[in-house]
Amino acid sequence: MMEILEILLSESFWTASLRIATPLIFGVLGALICEKSGVLNLGIEGIFVAGAMSGWLAVWLGAGLWGGIVVAALAGAFFGLIHAILTVPLGLSQHVSGLGVTLFATSLSYFSYRTALPDVSSPPRIEPFRPLDVPLLSDIPFLGTVLFEQTALTWLAIVMVFFVWYVLERTPLGVAIKAVGDNPASVDAQGLSVYALRIGAVVTGSALMALGGAFLTMSAFDAFFFGMVNGRGWICIALVIFASWRPGKALFGAILFGAFDALQVRLQTEVGAMIPSQAFLAAPYVLSILALVIAARRAEYPRALLIPWFKGQR
Amino acid sequence: MIRIEPRTDGARHLTYGIPILSAMIALALAAIPLVLSGAPLGQAYYELFKGVFGSRFAFSEMLTRATPLIFTGLAAAIAFRARLWNIGAEGQLYLGALAAVSVGTGVFDLPAYMLIPLILFSGCFAGALGMAVPAYFKTRFGADEVVTTLLLNFIILIFVQFMLEGPLKDPMGLGWPQSSPILDQGMLPKLMERMRIHWGFVIAIVIALVAQFMLSRSTWGFRLRAVGENASAARHAGIKVRYTLMSAALISGALAGLAGVSEVAGLKGYLTSDLSPGFGYTGIVVAMLAGLSPAGVVVAALFIASVFVGADSMSRAVGVSSYLADLVVSTALLCVLLGGFLARFKVVRVKSARSLQP
Repeated sequence: MMEILEILLSESFWTASLRIATPLIFGVLGALICEKSGVLNLGIEGIFVAGAMSGWLAVWLGAGLWGGIVVAALAGAFFGLIHAILTVPLGLSQHVSGLGVTLFATSLSYFSYRTALPDVSSPPRIEPFRPLDVPLLSDIPFLGTVLFEQTALTWLAIVMVFFVWYVLERTPLGVAIKAVGDNPASVDAQGLSVYALRIGAVVTGSALMALGGAFLTMSAFDAFFFGMVNGRGWICIALVIFASWRPGKALFGAILFGAFDALQVRLQTEVGAMIPSQAFLAAPYVLSILALVIAARRAEYPRALLIPWFKGQR
Repeated sequence: MIRIEPRTDGARHLTYGIPILSAMIALALAAIPLVLSGAPLGQAYYELFKGVFGSRFAFSEMLTRATPLIFTGLAAAIAFRARLWNIGAEGQLYLGALAAVSVGTGVFDLPAYMLIPLILFSGCFAGALGMAVPAYFKTRFGADEVVTTLLLNFIILIFVQFMLEGPLKDPMGLGWPQSSPILDQGMLPKLMERMRIHWGFVIAIVIALVAQFMLSRSTWGFRLRAVGENASAARHAGIKVRYTLMSAALISGALAGLAGVSEVAGLKGYLTSDLSPGFGYTGIVVAMLAGLSPAGVVVAALFIASVFVGADSMSRAVGVSSYLADLVVSTALLCVLLGGFLARFKVVRVKSARSLQP
């Protein structure tokens, strides 16, 4: 028990938690925006892969790090647009379209990677984002290290939480997005375009998801590996429900999740001999399912989630 | 002004036409990445064709590859018919395989006519159990089965790795994380000399035909379709929705489990953690291409298997990444989805926006 307490009080533990949480923050925010507008985006897993691959490849081919981020966001927006067109004006199954986008984005990313780098055995590395290391602030004990030993992308993620919250709760656009996910007919009656709002939300949300992927190859690691996304997208879909579609709770959920993940890595070294390592590896997925089962009962889904809406239909 | 209207003219030809057209379009679209990666186009398609139809062996390899896809395709088709989104066939496949090596590698030294049914049954049971959990979470707690089945895939794969490094590890395996081989009398017999095609293929075809009959002719099939089309209407009509969903879940899981059994006891002989290159996920594409019809699953699985086997040999011949096959398969899914829209609706030009109002 003392060991756990010691871990929980260490700077490195919270630094790691926030780092692990970063891609999830992007992913949960992206999924949240899509779902708030009434569209479930199961393309998330593939969009993570596409963001991770395209951002990394752009940097490897000579773009700057922020250039890579822009490329990743555009890739995410592109796959989001495919999903949006299939599910919004055409009203096709959001489940199947999302899975289709995931398969398409994943295979296109893998194919492009193999085509761009045909004969590499070990993945080539780029110079990734460095920790910010702000003068003075980084010297604050504990908080300084935890918050400022992060890269700019982690900060971008946290800023995005506030930005998304502000837009959704404090602007007319946010009101419209939420209304279109609850009652599209009322939005249409006010003369706003249901299609434009939903397509816009899905494309924006997908661009955010791709940044989560880009964080993996451009900040957490410095190379692209096959299978590196490893279900993070699906975990985000579970976290959105856990967070009841609120940006603040999403941030909390992602950090809580990151903390559990960081804790299991450290416990593994402490008690690794007694418990098989696979129990720790499986923990994030088990946790996500538990979170889902607990949250499902009181979950208030956006009322028009999964329900297509056609113009001129009463 | 464009307006979307439901089709009233039946359009039966589209039911068969759209999947075939989607498959062809997906194959044709593969030309874009082929040209971009600098491959000779004509030769590439020739090699793809030759890789499937070039020899008896090539063709039998395609049938071998289609076998697990028929099982996982059926698993997806039956669940999706009930609007139960079982995306967990990949995990259930591994559970089936795990059960097969648990009972088939020496614990029960039975003659073939008892051991093979035991292995098949255990695989079904394990797969069904794998889907029973998320189905229970759905019906009891309302936890979305898409997310739970997806996450279970990862948990199950980790569990398989644990079993292969621990309790089920082959002591004669030179340290590799793999199971002991299935006893000779537990292996599904080969269908042809010097080929890898095995009885799993025949079992898959028979089950597809039975499923086709059950779904279209039996009361169970009727209930399943009723629940899938409109659950609350089905409930009003006196159909036990929860019970029907559970039965679809168990059958779907059992079929996915059989995919694992057939791969282990028909093809590989032992279990490794890379047994399936995503057969579970590809099964979803198979089911969608088949329009969720069990008989159609067989045809769709043969097509998808051809793409994979053909792309393998094309990849070797012209030096293009074999991920091209996955690209074709996912494009086919998006095409058939789009085609499904065109089968149900037609796009009409309308003179002015006013005429929209009834």
